Amino acid sequence: MYSQGLIGADGATTETEEFLAAFQARIDREEKIEPNDPMPEGYRKTLVRQIGQHAHSEIVGMLPEGNWITRAPSLRRKAALLAKVQDEGGHGLYLYSAAETLGVTREQMTEELITGKAKYSSIFNYPTPTWADMGTIGWLVDGAAIMNQIPLCRCSYGPYARAMIRVCKEESFHQRQGYELLISLCNGTKEQKEMAQDSINRWWWPSLMMFGPHDAESSHSEQSMKWKIKRFSNDELRQKFIDATVPQAEYLGLTVPDPDLKWNPKKNNGKGGYDHGEINWDEFWQVVKGHGQMNRDRIKARKKAWEDGAWVRDAALAHAEKRAARQTQQAAE
Amino acid sequence: MSKETPLWEVFVRPRNGLSHKHCGSLHAADEVMALQAARDTYTRRGEGLSIWVVPSKSIFASDPDQTAENFDPSVDKVYRHPTFYDIPEEVGHM
Amino acid sequence: MSNALFNALLELGDDHLILGHRVSEWCGHAPLLEEDLAMPNMALDNIGASRNLYTYAGEVEGKGRDEDQLAYLRMDREYKNCLLVERPNEDFAHTMLRQLYFAAFMEPYWQAALSSTDETIRGIAGKAVKEMAYHIRHAGEWVIRLGDGTTESAERMKAAVVEMTPYVEELFVMSDDAKACAEQGILPDREALRTQWGQTISNIFDQALLELPDVKFPQLGGRIGHHGEEMGFLLAQLQYVQRAYPGMSW
Repeated sequence: MYSQGLIGADGATTETEEFLAAFQARIDREEKIEPNDPMPEGYRKTLVRQIGQHAHSEIVGMLPEGNWITRAPSLRRKAALLAKVQDEGGHGLYLYSAAETLGVTREQMTEELITGKAKYSSIFNYPTPTWADMGTIGWLVDGAAIMNQIPLCRCSYGPYARAMIRVCKEESFHQRQGYELLISLCNGTKEQKEMAQDSINRWWWPSLMMFGPHDAESSHSEQSMKWKIKRFSNDELRQKFIDATVPQAEYLGLTVPDPDLKWNPKKNNGKGGYDHGEINWDEFWQVVKGHGQMNRDRIKARKKAWEDGAWVRDAALAHAEKRAARQTQQAAE
Repeated sequence: MSKETPLWEVFVRPRNGLSHKHCGSLHAADEVMALQAARDTYTRRGEGLSIWVVPSKSIFASDPDQTAENFDPSVDKVYRHPTFYDIPEEVGHM
Repeated sequence: MSNALFNALLELGDDHLILGHRVSEWCGHAPLLEEDLAMPNMALDNIGASRNLYTYAGEVEGKGRDEDQLAYLRMDREYKNCLLVERPNEDFAHTMLRQLYFAAFMEPYWQAALSSTDETIRGIAGKAVKEMAYHIRHAGEWVIRLGDGTTESAERMKAAVVEMTPYVEELFVMSDDAKACAEQGILPDREALRTQWGQTISNIFDQALLELPDVKFPQLGGRIGHHGEEMGFLLAQLQYVQRAYPGMSW
């Protein structure tokens, strides 16, 4: 995703000092960089990687939730879930569109995704075995996404910032839909409450991992911060997320699966915040490197959709050529 | 690997009286499918009255390096900006 | 009368829910991203219409059943959808053709229903008729492109026509309940829509280089709950949570 996208990013660039300084001056003036503007190669490459991964995340993200559309237990939930997953497809589309302004095609990016070359947010490599996961994903995963996306609305690259504004407008429905689903479960029967608690037990830590490695291990963050591709550090956003979310869990009557979670009044410059346990970084790297439970299935699904759909895309192109030929012929007559 | 579906730029007029605004791009084989895709992608929440789609390759853009030539002359002509004129307070907002 | 209307509304509600459910199966797996937006749009239209129809059906029945109790808790043989909508997705050609066949019928149906003697029906029709017009356009444009595209797409489209057309006749056949409602001017006469359906289809098929086959043995039975084997699996998914956790709110 957004911060995970910087893992392995190469901001190396070969332009002159003057060029880089002039570019940095524009960034420092909070000017937006637009598609045809001169830009360092490192800036362009970092963005292609980050926007691409963000787009892939949205598309792959359709799968864990899409898993429950046919089994949604009420018509209202069915419609809401379908609309949410459709929105995610739309977000992917806006983001591919933004990436394409940097000289890469959607086909190239798709090829990279299905060959495993390009990454997407690790969170989508976890399975959705229960209905309650539909609520938890909306609440925690979309919640974490919103934390990242709002600052990105002020990213220095114009098309990415504008895509994020569009995405953010649509995103708040997603988090509310998820949280409200959990309210129904937590106000329901014993089985429903247990389903909700089991769900947060599985999704809490992976959601924290969405914010990427600790700042100390985030090798390319500094350059990205200078270029205003990244506006807050991983740990900052992660802390903000935890502080906002724990009270929400308490409201639901759910226990956050972290025995080390503790209110610390001295945190956040005296405003207070939650101390929390250490993330299992082995699991994080394992999943990021492709060895999570659903990694292979997600890629298989995207590969199948792309390959099975080739004849459809080819037919549309063939027809377009025929139409164009007929129109030219008619014009000539 | 199949051939590439062309890229189109999408412009939407959100309300009567406003001009079309660029909102992004999408892929479609021809203009009919591009218009339908634009409706589904960019006006799902009722954001538009009118949609234009243009093949991206048909768009010609000014060169950012020539910004000085294209745009500096207007900056000198101060009278184009409404703040130049002093409207007496009694006239009200204009 | 209210029993006839209740059953006729279930026929319509089931048609729309089952079709919407089938189309929603594509979500995340469409041939191109733009269709991962277009197909859910159509599915949402269908599911939305089904909700209006089930809600009204529940009111007409007067036993306090709501949209979910009707949609999720009937037994297999109690569903009254036509066989066309429960047919498996198969491939994109079959899916688009099924959508076209259904919308080409429902558009004139809802158009006629705008003059229903029943106010609620008029309201439902007002929204649905616009949606169906769009489905005809979207699905129709795809049928044209696939029919007159590549050799492979033409073969698949022709196979879809052979497969799906035997299910068309059932759209025009009226159950006793549907007939009673038509006689009262509450719901349209389905028979009367043949010509318009035929014109819509032939206009598109001409451009798609397709021919509508003569069907000697149309498949009927959906209205009396004689569904195909696929219906059981569809309902097993649809109803699963409600059956596994009976009597809860979601």
